[in-house]
Amino acid sequence: MAGVHVSTTVNGDPAEFVCDPDEPLLDVLRNRLGLTGAKEGCGTGDCGACSVTVDGELVCSCLVLGAEVEGRKIETIEGMADGDKLHPLQRKFIEHAALQCGICTPGFLIAARALLKKNANPTEEEIRFGLAGNLCRCTGYDKIVRAVQDAAREMRGA
Amino acid sequence: MRYEAPSSTKAAVTLLTKEKGKSAILAGGTDLLVRLKGGFVEPDLIVDIKRIPAMREIKKTASGFQVGAAVSGNELGASVVKKAWPGVVEAANLIGSKQVQGRCTMVGNLCNASPAADSVPALVAAGAHAVIVGPKKKRTVPVEKIATGPGRTSLAKGEIVESLLLPKRPARAGDAYLRFIPRSEMDIAVVSAGVSLVLDAKGVVKEARVALGAVAPTVLLVAPAAKAIIGSKLDDAALDKLAAACSAACSPIDDKRGTIEFRTKVAGVLAKRAAKIAYQRAGGK
Ligand SMILES: Cc1cc2nc3c(=O)[nH]c(=O)nc-3n(C[C@H](O)[C@H](O)[C@H](O)COP(=O)(O)OP(=O)(O)OC[C@H]3O[C@@H](n4cnc5c(N)ncnc54)[C@H](O)[C@@H]3O)c2cc1C
Ligand code: FES
Ligand code: FES
Repeated sequence: MAGVHVSTTVNGDPAEFVCDPDEPLLDVLRNRLGLTGAKEGCGTGDCGACSVTVDGELVCSCLVLGAEVEGRKIETIEGMADGDKLHPLQRKFIEHAALQCGICTPGFLIAARALLKKNANPTEEEIRFGLAGNLCRCTGYDKIVRAVQDAAREMRGA
Repeated sequence: MRYEAPSSTKAAVTLLTKEKGKSAILAGGTDLLVRLKGGFVEPDLIVDIKRIPAMREIKKTASGFQVGAAVSGNELGASVVKKAWPGVVEAANLIGSKQVQGRCTMVGNLCNASPAADSVPALVAAGAHAVIVGPKKKRTVPVEKIATGPGRTSLAKGEIVESLLLPKRPARAGDAYLRFIPRSEMDIAVVSAGVSLVLDAKGVVKEARVALGAVAPTVLLVAPAAKAIIGSKLDDAALDKLAAACSAACSPIDDKRGTIEFRTKVAGVLAKRAAKIAYQRAGGK
């Protein structure tokens, strides 16, 4: 298999890699770029643990090819905090104990940030539908929903 | 294996036509990449169509809308198409999660040729056409002519669906799509129904198209169901005839998701409900 050379931007920094033509972006991030925040829960688009944004659009990185992101802008969980300063969603997830094993957490945070960008004041139902592509086997979702509501409140300055 | 992302439909067709081995067209990849990962397809060439500008656009034309093959669910949902064809857009927006919506396309849904594909009954009810570009010439066919069976299409080697055409809406028109799933989200339709109506000034159904999903090897256009409500104001008798015609058209499978009996019955129920929503949207009372 001939490698594909790709130049892209990850969390604001230029990144270059060579990948196989059928290699998922998730594998590129984890194995070639050393960004292991995005997790592989299923590899088939069902669990959302691999969520990232590509040009601002929320996607499952297991269902994107590395070869596709030439010239695109990728945001992963590694770029969410501002240095040592956690993003409000990250802080609220800790405060509300919205995680146990934490495997699903990077995906939930990226998906929740994308949700709040489109809708700063979502209802509980909108949050649950908005995060339906993210599965969590530990928390039972309630604490995640509360954390997102609380973070949304803080981010709105309410 | 090779990956190519051409910048024109012509270049894409040439790549596909010249490839001696197996090739696959990549739109959003939410079906293709799952099958690739599972080892169910092993293409020698992947042609990504998302860098083709003509396939990324939604155009309002004299005869309606032209939706490019690489337009994602999210892009469609935020577009002008929603007001004219709410049923089609809602159906497309039911596909998967927010993550899947960022990628999935109606054309991918159509060409994947699942009998349970959510946008397809709505597109069939809408009378949508697919614009196909191939090595020989461009052809335009009704969407119901694309799938020939589960996972099989009528597209020849080198042919690509470039866009979907949705007709212009007259006054007093409405459409709707409903599916039955045991969960509230993220599931495959057990049965589904799409209905599109045009009413006259008195609220009588003048034109109708009714389509069913997941009750046969391909999505069905059910002409007798449409006939059952044309000329009516969707009174109970007409709705019962519509449901009966839908159930009569079903030849579903029995599986863990639903029995033959269940699918046959629910097809009629969903068609009735979708017809009522379409009627309301068309301004009928
Ligand atoms: C988690 C998850 C949930 C899902 N939920 C649903 C659901 O609720 N309802 C539903 O209907 N589907 C669902 N799907 C299936 C899938 O998302 C849809 O069928 C989607 O519309 C496929 O579009 P795509 O652009 O991603 O297709 P792709 O995967 O890119 O392509 C699908 C097929 O069509 C062919 N193709 C693509 N574009 C063209 C073209 N322009 N010309 C010719 N052939 C083409 C490809 O070669 C491939 O065979 C789900 C998938 C996942 C992973
Ligand atoms: S690993 Fe990508 S959705 Fe589960
Ligand atoms: S915290 Fe364990 S899967 Fe969500």
